[in-house]
Amino acid sequence: MDTAYSADLSALWLTCKLATVVTIILLLVGTPIAWWLSRTRSWFKGVIGAAVALPIVLPPTVIGFYLLVVMGPGGPLGELTQALHLGVLPFTFPGLVVASVIYSLPFVVQPLQNAFEGIPERTLEAAATLRASALDRFFSVALPLARPGLLTATVLGFAHTVGEFGVVLMIGGNIPDQTRVVSVQIYDHVEAMEYAQAHWLSGAMLVFSFAVLLALYTLNPSGKRK
Amino acid sequence: MPQPGFFTAIPAANGIPGMIHARFKLGYPNFVLDVDIDLPGYGITALFGPSGSGKTTLLRCIAGLERAQGGLLRVKGEVWQEGARFLPAHQRRVGYVFQEANLFPHLSVRDNLEYGYKRIAPGARNVQMEQVIPLLGLGKLIERRDPSSLSGGERQRVAIGRALLTSPNLLLMDEPLSGLDAASKQEILPYLERLHGEMEIPVFYVSHALDEVARLADRLVLLEQGCAIAHGTLNEMLSRLDLPTAHYDNAGVVIEAQVAVQDETYHLTRLDFPGGSLWVGRVEHAAGTSVRARVLARDVSVATAAPQGSSITNILATRIVEIRDEGQDRVNLRMEVGGGQMLLSRITRRSRDQLGLTVDMELFAQVKSVALIA
Repeated sequence: MDTAYSADLSALWLTCKLATVVTIILLLVGTPIAWWLSRTRSWFKGVIGAAVALPIVLPPTVIGFYLLVVMGPGGPLGELTQALHLGVLPFTFPGLVVASVIYSLPFVVQPLQNAFEGIPERTLEAAATLRASALDRFFSVALPLARPGLLTATVLGFAHTVGEFGVVLMIGGNIPDQTRVVSVQIYDHVEAMEYAQAHWLSGAMLVFSFAVLLALYTLNPSGKRK
Repeated sequence: MPQPGFFTAIPAANGIPGMIHARFKLGYPNFVLDVDIDLPGYGITALFGPSGSGKTTLLRCIAGLERAQGGLLRVKGEVWQEGARFLPAHQRRVGYVFQEANLFPHLSVRDNLEYGYKRIAPGARNVQMEQVIPLLGLGKLIERRDPSSLSGGERQRVAIGRALLTSPNLLLMDEPLSGLDAASKQEILPYLERLHGEMEIPVFYVSHALDEVARLADRLVLLEQGCAIAHGTLNEMLSRLDLPTAHYDNAGVVIEAQVAVQDETYHLTRLDFPGGSLWVGRVEHAAGTSVRARVLARDVSVATAAPQGSSITNILATRIVEIRDEGQDRVNLRMEVGGGQMLLSRITRRSRDQLGLTVDMELFAQVKSVALIA
């Protein structure tokens, strides 16, 4: 019994670690993409926008399958990682991070893009005539004004990573302390008819998810009412 | 090394301040901008024209917010655009006041004012907060946390202050009053006049309101369909009959005059100008104070002999310089009062024929109304 619970705790810990690392990477990668998408007039915008949104519509198994092919021993990314003596990514924690970043990208990019698009061009032009360079304008005007979007993006990115299952199964497998996250652990419990453990893990997930969304909806003032 | 031509470096009394040369060609599907003008680097130059005439686009090209390929822009010896060289907006020493104040909503009023100030080198800060606060009456506003709590006029004053605090070489104002109601306009105009009087920063002021321009500008550039069709001093431009401004309902001249005599009994003030004098309602200024008066063409009637028994106080001896038809039924007269001062009069075509008016005829102009505008 004790070992079973320690496996659950380790799954919880792994899930938190994964979601934290992935959220940080998502914000670093997603913010410039969202900024570019919100300001560009390039025809390429549609292509990038659609590519970023793909994980919303594709079954996780499809994404997982392609990632497996690309990161596997014969895939282009797999050959690169092998050439760098890093082994291959599937069924490792770093592999899970890469897959999660791709899978959760739209949940970070879209709220940020919406927030950036809500900033009037004139406000940024005013900053330019007040001697702020493009980078300066981004940090001193755009980012602070996009704060509600930034908060939404962070919460959604984190929560979505915690909640994923299909991609994890495809790319991570089910290795304790490596890739066995909570959603997979619950699946295992149910398969093994261990409903008691499935209950408390599922309950923890439910409470966590609700708390996160509650925080999002109460902390983020949607209207500008005070 | 070219001197960084800050406004304080311009010798005020010296008659040759730096020039601003602008040449832009821009073609959009339904709009073309094609200007090539030299403008003086002092005073207020109004860019005037109907909407769609390219005023704002010209201003944006000067600020570097719009890029006209192959354009040329020299501001007081500094090249801002020429050939492949294009100084980005944030490197140009220009202040820009938009139609809407565009204050940063996430910053307090003080932080808005200091936004540009902090971004210029301490040695280049010619305009200080202590100057700008009294100039624009910002004392009570500066401690406000949320700029959205300000009225439209207050916001625009903060925006002007914010632009001034970057110590610009050139202040660009894009219809700064057009978003305001009549009361806010009246509130802000005196501040703009003070700006004119106290700061030696050249201002390009975009407007489509003739009254505003008559009140503030020293020079006028007329734009139509993307072309600068004429430019010159305000006085010269407003008294020309061949320009679109002559057809405006409120066409008329401005007269730069001095307060001369106060009539205590009737509460009137006499204003003197090189070509004569005008009596107006009491003006509470000391003798010798410069004021600007505006006389609309529709408020001037003419008589071939000195009118007897007229209630009109201001009757000036003039000579007709030019007569032009105005629509089907009326004509505009351009008359010289003396000392180079012109006067416009709009009368019916029938009156012209009945009085037999021709160029060089001596006439008496009866001025029904004089508006003191500054």
